[in-house]
Amino acid sequence: MEIKAIYYLIPSLIMFCCGLYGFLTRRNMIAMLISLELMLNAVDMNFVIFNRFLFPEQLEGMMFTLFAIAIAAAETAVAIAIIINVYRSVNQVDVRTLNQMKF
Amino acid sequence: MESVGSIILYTIVCLAIVIFSVLAVTTRKILRAATYLLFTLFAAAVVYFMLDYQFLGAVQIAVYAGGIVVLFVFAILLTSHPGSNSERLASKRRVLGLIASILMLGVCGYSLLSRCNLFAGKPEMEALDMQTVGTAMMGTGAGQYLLPFEAVSVLLLACIIGGIVVARKR
Repeated sequence: MEIKAIYYLIPSLIMFCCGLYGFLTRRNMIAMLISLELMLNAVDMNFVIFNRFLFPEQLEGMMFTLFAIAIAAAETAVAIAIIINVYRSVNQVDVRTLNQMKF
Repeated sequence: MESVGSIILYTIVCLAIVIFSVLAVTTRKILRAATYLLFTLFAAAVVYFMLDYQFLGAVQIAVYAGGIVVLFVFAILLTSHPGSNSERLASKRRVLGLIASILMLGVCGYSLLSRCNLFAGKPEMEALDMQTVGTAMMGTGAGQYLLPFEAVSVLLLACIIGGIVVARKR
């Protein structure tokens, strides 16, 4: 048996769909952020898999993934700072109750 | 032809990715969701190791599992009582999310499976040494990434300042 690209792509697709489900259904802001991380990670995996199976002598996909990991870390830090600030002012992190900035 | 060991490893990693990512979005305790996310990220790092990108796997473990998940745990402990369940979801919303994700799974899975013979087996690749990665990151020629590297460093600086400004006490 040979492990083809499709065998790596299917788990990453399932990971992305789990992230999508979590992002649509969760109410807690941190849980939504966790789902977002799942989706980002699935996309990173896809970059690496296509790079390895289609163009193994080039490094584009790997570099994309490296920069995506760095940007994901930065984005998570800012998002958590915002969440903690929101928690300090309204004392919860449920997205249904955060409608004060709505017109 | 793959060795038996790598097929067993692949099966374990595949099962871990599927099970832990489903658990991460369905569990009602938020701290457990962060733990399952950690396991999923570890499984993704093992996938990178299996595809011969050792540096990327190390970065994944160090940054994602070491940095981001710790941040998540801090934020969870600061904003919610550990051990408390989140409330049960309204069934309408859950059905809507299930329909969207299953639709996505079906469409993408169909289009992948109908073209899966496009990909042959894993081509040979010479081992990726650290010097190649370093020159690719620091050069300015074709296929080299000095400009995005510097842009990311400025972004990280902006992020540090933004995080402090947003989260400090007034």
